[in-house]
Parts: sequence; structure tokens; C-alpha cells
Amino acid sequence: MIKILFFGALRERLQCANLSFELNSPCTVADVMAQLRQRSPLFADALLDANLLYALNQQLCDVQTQVQSGDEVAFFPPVTGG
Amino acid sequence: MTAVFLPQQGSTTIEPATTADSNPEHLAAAADKVANHHNSAIYIKVQMQDFSQQVLYQQLAATPYCGAVVTFTGLVRDHPELQLQALELEHYPGMTEKALQQIATEAAQRFELKAISIIHRVGLLTEREQIVFVGVASAHRSSAFAGAEFIMDYLKTRAPIWKKQHDSQGSAWVEAKASDTVQQQRWQP
Repeated sequence: MIKILFFGALRERLQCANLSFELNSPCTVADVMAQLRQRSPLFADALLDANLLYALNQQLCDVQTQVQSGDEVAFFPPVTGG
Repeated sequence: MTAVFLPQQGSTTIEPATTADSNPEHLAAAADKVANHHNSAIYIKVQMQDFSQQVLYQQLAATPYCGAVVTFTGLVRDHPELQLQALELEHYPGMTEKALQQIATEAAQRFELKAISIIHRVGLLTEREQIVFVGVASAHRSSAFAGAEFIMDYLKTRAPIWKKQHDSQGSAWVEAKASDTVQQQRWQP
């Protein structure tokens, strides 16, 4: 099982802050995104945004990063704090 | 009412070692530890409540071996034409604190900062309210100025925090600025 989190405008657009699903391991962040896109046309469209950032276990990562069962993967738009 | 900043339990504040031990070797070792930048006092806090610049400054100014304190405070900018109702700040609990800690640790090593405090507020804020505080203490001013700017540039591009603006025209997420990325990239070797 992996935990998925969404933040900011992406969370609002998907109307979803978190979900979890079984993982076909081993896989990458890109594989997780591909699986999420199959959920609905809304997910398919929202997760195509090239500006999205990804974090694995609360560290920024890229789409090739390996994901394992028990991991936390977050998707969010470019940050605007400060 | 004035909000008073109080460090909370579980915070990452590191107090300088105090000891009644009079062994000269131990005292020298303790002094080295305080002087060594790897033991910089780093305080990170993401909170809803306001903070006191005076209290934060006094903590930084008490840092041993420091001749310079530089602080930056970010405010909610006023937009008279937009009738700003609120600025809503969202963060990623856990990751935001970790990202700020990593930025502070890197700044401490790169600029030989002895103490760093970063406070970022979240929740609903209104015009002129304080959003963020970055304060650093260092031996000399040049590293303190550079270190504080480095931390702000990385905070703006790496810390998972998002702003949503509520005003007379409606509500909209604030877009990331390319200029912030340019500011951050100038620190890269």
C-alpha cells in the first residue's frame, strides 16, 4: 500500500487531499502517476501538468524515483510561500 | 493584544551548553562545539499564530561568537484596488519543516552561520500581517546578509507552502514566479 497526497490548487481541482492504493512493485513515481490518471478524466488531465512537483517520503524527487510499499508520495504545484 | 512568541516543546531549538564543569579541557571542547558551524542553533517553526520579532532577535543576538544579526520579515502586501479579504496559506505538515531544516543546515555550513531561526505562518492572514521571519547570526555581516538571502531564495522555491488569495474579484491560487527561480539559481555553483 502507498499513500498519495495532493496539495494546493491540485488538491482543490481533484477534490481529494489523500488516497491510498496497492502498488504493483517495483515501480516509479511515473508509474504511480500513470495509475492515478486512469482513475478519471479529471485525474488524467490534472496530472498531465508539466509544472507539477513530486515528493517521495517528504523529499522532492523526480518521476524516475523508485517507490516501494509503505512509501508516501505527494504531488503539488510549484510552491509560493514566503 | 500583542502575540508573544514562546518556543514550544518538541521544537528544534538547541541551547548553548552551560556547565559547572571547570576542567579546562572540557571547557575548551565546549567552546569549540559552540564555535563550530556544524553545531549551529537552528530553530524552525510552522505555526498559525503571530510571532514577536523582538523575542526572535534577542535569541539570535545572544548567540556566542556573533557580531552580526540579519533578519527578514515578509508581510502580506496590501492591494487597495483588490480589497484583499484574506491570504490563505497551506503547507505539507512534516515536509515543510524538513525542507526548512535542510535549507537552514545548508546555509549554516555554506555561510558559517551560528544561529538560524525560520518561522512561517499558515492559515488565514490579512493585509500587513507578518507571514515569515528569517533571522541569522554570524561572526560578520557579509555572511549574515548572504545567508539570510540564501535562505529566503530557497524557501520561496523549495519549501512546500502555497498561497491562495481571496479578494473582491474572487479566490485564486497565487502563481509561482519565474523570477523567484532565477533568484534561487544564482546560488548554485
